[in-house]
Amino acid sequence: MEHIDWSLVNWSRAQFALTAMYHWLFVPITLGITFIIAIMETIYVKTNNPKWKEITQFWMGVFAINFAIGVATGIILEFEFGTNWSNYSWFVGDIFGAPLAIEGIMAFFMESTFIAIMFFGWNKVSKKTHLISSWLVAVGSNLSALWILVANGWMQNPVGMTFNPDTMRNEMTNFWEVLFNPFAINKFLHTIMSSYIVAAVFVVGISAWFLLKKREQYLAKRSIIVASIFGIFASIVTIASGDESARAVAKHQPMKFAAMEGLYDGQQNAPLVALGFFGTKDPKMPNREEFAFELRIPNVLSYLAFMDADAFVPGIRDLVHGNEEHQIMPYKDRIAKGKIAIDALAAYKQAKKNGDEEAASSQLQIFKANFKHFGYGYYFGKDPHLLIPNVKLSFYSFHIMVVLGVHFLVLFTLLLYFIFKKKLPNMRWLLWVTLWTIPLAFVATETGWVVAEVGRQPWVIQDLMPNIAAVSQIDTYNVQITFFLFFAVFTALLIAEIKIMLTQIKKGTQH
Amino acid sequence: MFEKLNYIALQHYWWAIIALLGALLVFLLFVQGGQTLLYTLGKNDKERSLLVNALGRKWEFTFTTLVTFGGAFFAAFPLFYSTSFGGAYWVWMLILFAFIIQAVSYEFRTKANNFLGKRTYEVFLYINGILATVLLGAAVSTFFTGSQFSVDKINLVRLSGDKMPIISAWETPFHGLEAVWTLENLAFLQNIALGLAIFFLARTLAILYFQKSIDHSEIIKRSKRQLKIDSSLFLLFFLFWMIRLLFLKGFAVNPNTQEIFLQSNKYAINLIELPVVFVLFLVGVVMVLWGLFISIFKNSDNGIWYSGIGTVMTVFSLFLIAGYNNTAYYPSTFDLQSSLTIGNSSSSKFTLMVMGYVSLLVPIVLSYIIFAWRKMDASKITSKEIESDHHAY
Repeated sequence: MEHIDWSLVNWSRAQFALTAMYHWLFVPITLGITFIIAIMETIYVKTNNPKWKEITQFWMGVFAINFAIGVATGIILEFEFGTNWSNYSWFVGDIFGAPLAIEGIMAFFMESTFIAIMFFGWNKVSKKTHLISSWLVAVGSNLSALWILVANGWMQNPVGMTFNPDTMRNEMTNFWEVLFNPFAINKFLHTIMSSYIVAAVFVVGISAWFLLKKREQYLAKRSIIVASIFGIFASIVTIASGDESARAVAKHQPMKFAAMEGLYDGQQNAPLVALGFFGTKDPKMPNREEFAFELRIPNVLSYLAFMDADAFVPGIRDLVHGNEEHQIMPYKDRIAKGKIAIDALAAYKQAKKNGDEEAASSQLQIFKANFKHFGYGYYFGKDPHLLIPNVKLSFYSFHIMVVLGVHFLVLFTLLLYFIFKKKLPNMRWLLWVTLWTIPLAFVATETGWVVAEVGRQPWVIQDLMPNIAAVSQIDTYNVQITFFLFFAVFTALLIAEIKIMLTQIKKGTQH
Repeated sequence: MFEKLNYIALQHYWWAIIALLGALLVFLLFVQGGQTLLYTLGKNDKERSLLVNALGRKWEFTFTTLVTFGGAFFAAFPLFYSTSFGGAYWVWMLILFAFIIQAVSYEFRTKANNFLGKRTYEVFLYINGILATVLLGAAVSTFFTGSQFSVDKINLVRLSGDKMPIISAWETPFHGLEAVWTLENLAFLQNIALGLAIFFLARTLAILYFQKSIDHSEIIKRSKRQLKIDSSLFLLFFLFWMIRLLFLKGFAVNPNTQEIFLQSNKYAINLIELPVVFVLFLVGVVMVLWGLFISIFKNSDNGIWYSGIGTVMTVFSLFLIAGYNNTAYYPSTFDLQSSLTIGNSSSSKFTLMVMGYVSLLVPIVLSYIIFAWRKMDASKITSKEIESDHHAY
């Protein structure tokens, strides 16, 4: 590709990242707290204890403030696939559009219909109908997560499709393969469960504040019990699905896996870097930064990746420059093959236009033989190192996420233990830790997405379409204007949400 | 079931689904219309709160329908998604911007310590009311008047030269905003007229909705006066747009060669050649008028049902004549052959078939919406109810 408008590509990426990261400040709470609220309301309906109704309504009020802003940022994401990634929309719209449409029909309507009953229906419908509505809001919001994560999982591991050279796009051939793509299933489980952790941390954090202030004790203690149990369950599934996800990444996205671990040179019996800080630079390789400090656990990375402590885990260098022993093709060869695929497709189209079926058929064979390298062809004549994601960002994000994940599990367990021992209200240090864990939960969930999305760069569809071939044909200044416009609006609304929420929380159950 | 349909039938089926979602969206824009009437119909905070709360229980439906409309377009006609959204960048971005500021305004408006102040959120609702209706109306009008873009799929494999390998390109730097000043065939008049028609239609429907859902004599009295003004303006702009449409040259497709050409009175011909659609259109228009009539002259509060259903039928039939009967639904005035038709822009047969099964969920969705709507609107909203509801907006 002779001309790459890097400014357009990077601003388009920045705008999508901005929207996604803002959106993800609000969505995890919605995904988890709707279930927590539904559980609390179920206890209210079962026990008929008005205190539980108060507790339910308090958390419902907090959720309502969060919900609208999540919806607002979500709509932008859906349309940005078209506005900023128009080539992508055509290249894979046949597959990617379906989950988005299903999300709207199946999930969003359920959520928006029953949320009206949930918020305004206390005196208009029966207790049972209200409870069912609350559960349906939780189901609806989580269903929406399912479909968008199916779409995201497909981008990371495209399955159930074939490229149609006549329409110049990928087309779906098996819906079930798309839906049950192991990548998508893991991603869904890992994402929603980690969101439940965020919601649970949010609930225990606010409850801890009430205990510190010696207010709303009944609400705080009950909420901590429900949220801690919910949080422990979510933490266990998050860790298990994260482990499974890492294996899928090692298999399908080896570059992302190597970046997550900062592994430059592949090795057998690869150790896991449990803790590490970059800092040592080799002047001969300015882009490569080694660990200045690291804590390694022998063999564990090989085992985690391939369930075999002796397995070879390829490093960044092996992937870029190839490794004959382990049959890893260097990027420059993949780029050459990708270019052959692109040229063959162009020749096929020309032959078709000329009515030369024989030439078309032979070009098609060449194209098919090289299609799996198609996306690499866009880097023809470029430095293969452009195909390496940001290693430091991927490594640090991954490790922060993991460390915090363990912290949350320990915290929930301690909270549950001490609340049953009736000691928690007097353990101020633990209550303060719990309160300050709230921002950490957001850090963990955002870094999780950084690992997933930065680690897979430059691919918007793994190996088939890089970001430089996916953007819309617009002048960069348009994207810059909308970037700052959204940045200003999202920030103002975030400030408003935090201020309103703090005021609402301080009020407690007094309406 | 859907396996038995051929590709062309599936494309037509999916265009009908898009048309239905578009029609429902236009009807649900009454929420936006109502937002522009807060200070016209409400003379004090209490009255305005009543109006906001009546609308606030429905805003998510409009929002969700817009999202689903976009998602369905993406799934069924991805080339439109790619060409229009990436090309008419500013039109869509402004519409989206208008929806961002709407979503939070209901929830934040009356909350203590809301950072921007109550008035700001009311201004947000007003901006959303104007931008969403006028821009969506003008954008839909370009389905008939055309836009300046080109599509060349071979660009995907053109790696040499000074251009990126992007298949769709908008050929003006204004990215869609030019719709309101394009002089060719006086397109700007047509686009602005439909934008304003949708704006006044949304206000008209909002008034009918208020009459059905609010119990407040002063507001109802004012709404009756306002209904005459807004419905007259709606009819004026809509008739202007509709009559001109019947005389416009339309973008026809030769079914044998797929070549696109201009045909005089194409949309009038479509109505004649599609008699079922014509009947649907006429019944729709009559129902809209009947809803207005019984509200203005018979003091009935059921106008929203007639005018609402009539709106859905009318808009549905207009979408159908934009895409059916060998018509390019998203025409390019820059390069006629780049125009999008339901044939050249759709997803594969397999995807349309899979999505066909998904579309069977629509009646289920509609039934629970009706259930919830009936439960929630069984009695009219009163100021007393809002005062006692701790979640009131």
